Amino acid sequence: MAEWTMQEALNAALADCLADDDRTLILGEDVGRNGGVFRVTAGLQERFGEQRVFDTPLAEAGILGTAVGLCMHGFRPIAEMQFDGFTFPAFNQLAAHVSKLRTRSGGALNLPLTLRVPSYGAIRSPEHHSESIETFCAHLPSIKVVSPSTPSEAYALLRAAVADPDPVVFLEPKSRYWSREERVAGDDLVGAGARQSGADADAERGDGYASRIVRSGSDVTLIAWGACVQRCVQAAAFAAEDGVEVEVLDLRWLKPLDVDGLVASVARTRRAVVVHEAPVTLGLGAEVAALLGERLFGTLAAPVGRVGAPDMPYPVAALEDEYLPSPDRILLAIQRTFDAVAA
Amino acid sequence: MSTIESPPVTATSELLSLYAQMRRTRALNDEAIALQRQGALTGFPPCTGQEAAQVGSAAALDPAVDFAFPTYRELGAMLTLGITPLALMAPHRGLSFGGAFDAREAHVAPINAVVGGTALHAVGWAMGAKLDGEEACALTYFGDGASSQGEVHEAMNFAAIFELPVVFLCQSNGWAISTPTERQVGGGSVAARAAGYGLPGEQVDGNDVLAVRDATARAVHRARCGGGATVIEAFTYRLGPHSTSDDPSRYRDRAEEEAWESRDPIDRAREQLRGSLDDAEDHFARIEHEITLELDAVRAGLGLLQAPTMREQMELAYARMPAATRAANAAWLQDGIDG
Repeated sequence: MAEWTMQEALNAALADCLADDDRTLILGEDVGRNGGVFRVTAGLQERFGEQRVFDTPLAEAGILGTAVGLCMHGFRPIAEMQFDGFTFPAFNQLAAHVSKLRTRSGGALNLPLTLRVPSYGAIRSPEHHSESIETFCAHLPSIKVVSPSTPSEAYALLRAAVADPDPVVFLEPKSRYWSREERVAGDDLVGAGARQSGADADAERGDGYASRIVRSGSDVTLIAWGACVQRCVQAAAFAAEDGVEVEVLDLRWLKPLDVDGLVASVARTRRAVVVHEAPVTLGLGAEVAALLGERLFGTLAAPVGRVGAPDMPYPVAALEDEYLPSPDRILLAIQRTFDAVAA
Repeated sequence: MSTIESPPVTATSELLSLYAQMRRTRALNDEAIALQRQGALTGFPPCTGQEAAQVGSAAALDPAVDFAFPTYRELGAMLTLGITPLALMAPHRGLSFGGAFDAREAHVAPINAVVGGTALHAVGWAMGAKLDGEEACALTYFGDGASSQGEVHEAMNFAAIFELPVVFLCQSNGWAISTPTERQVGGGSVAARAAGYGLPGEQVDGNDVLAVRDATARAVHRARCGGGATVIEAFTYRLGPHSTSDDPSRYRDRAEEEAWESRDPIDRAREQLRGSLDDAEDHFARIEHEITLELDAVRAGLGLLQAPTMREQMELAYARMPAATRAANAAWLQDGIDG
């Protein structure tokens, strides 16, 4: 097929993971016969059986804690949290156990588990179904966090997450599940992305945790992940009409951050704006801005801008268009990087 | 399934070996308290009075096939499962988190102070064992305090739904720090909760080492044979403080402690052995001699335990350390040298 959706790409990635390694398992709420509420696991139980793909009781700590124990018996579980907001009941498992068990066991116990989480907003959900949990997860030691932005990216990054020997939280932009995009040829997209985003840094960043340049530009770098990448691409198109050449950098991995990729891009453009759905306060943008400030203090033409949410719970669906980073807010933040004057 | 019963173990030789493990536990426990007072350990959670519940239950496991999930107060269980005294002292000297042993090799999880959550790890391990067609079970230790955690409920429910080989071993020891069992366990019985999950639940005198051994052996046997999970509630008493930082006189009566001291599980086993062995005193003398030698080795070895370096601890955080993390760690270490 020349095009596919992210839902199809994720489903294909899971099928290939299950086919390639009989120690992989999928567990979660309604992932079996129902194929997941977003159909990401559709058909997998039928194809691989109820021992490989199975439903659990409605208990997120139970799902993640069971995945930990499965790792201890040599399995490679892929656990699903049905929605972002349902991750919080499992947070004790994430913070007290998943984050620490390898160190606590002196390296004896590896946790090659993947925690898939349909994430972020913009689909008119009821409350608790539109959360951005990346900061909570990325702040925890020993846990890697990744969030794809396109179908082909989703395929490659999910394969990488499942293959990783460490626990990976995989944040799926649920507003992008059904958008149909060109299927990029080749299954080594992660490596391809690394090559696209700066060959000079390849040796340093050969570990695969690399960002990618979605669109090249010389005036300012927009930094985003997941669903916000598309918002940045739209804003970049508007900016181009005004003659501003915007580079869009898709972080992909939120932990580890691709520091060298970030620095390489912003060293060229000298201006940067981070865009996320999460509240600005201690959102991942704060970390990115601090890193760029440390590395590029003398190079930056303006403070790193941040576009995110105010300090309030995710709003009712009627307000979410206003709440989410709009092209206008992104363009305003870009404009401020040009207006900035040293005191 | 549950009609398959293993024979009760009542042979005197078995009791003698359980007694030796209990005495060994008490001696190391008391030595650890003394070492803490001397400043050689940073803190220690004594298991005084719980030796029968711990040794009896652990003795029913085969660490070659089964897997145990301890809390932080499982000295007797872990010694019985073959973990060395020094490996168990290392966390209390500030040198290790879960114990200086290989959990994967030993089939014993690291000790854990966040109680409740590890019951789910036992469930996951048991699920793996079942998927692999092994005749093996996971045993998770917890107390009356941890029985209040939602994760313990989730674990029992999962174990029932998936028919998993798990033994839930609750040591109801009277006190969760200063909160008594009657203010902890709604309904008054953890074992009674098993019925709600459709699991067998059994209450046992936790100070009777043979009774605990037999009850656990039945549950282990049932689990290994595909009969599913069991909840065992062993009634015992934490004779000592919660930890060396705790003073139980602030919250409980001396009379209650004295009543339980008169039911000391080690004294009970000793009297049983005196009644059934002509040469009991000779055996006791041999056991005490071996303990003396072991404690000498612990004291000598304690000072030789090496602290990990910061670099080594950093390396443990990831199986595959990202290059960016490695670079940040190197810079952090360099700042310590430059500073």
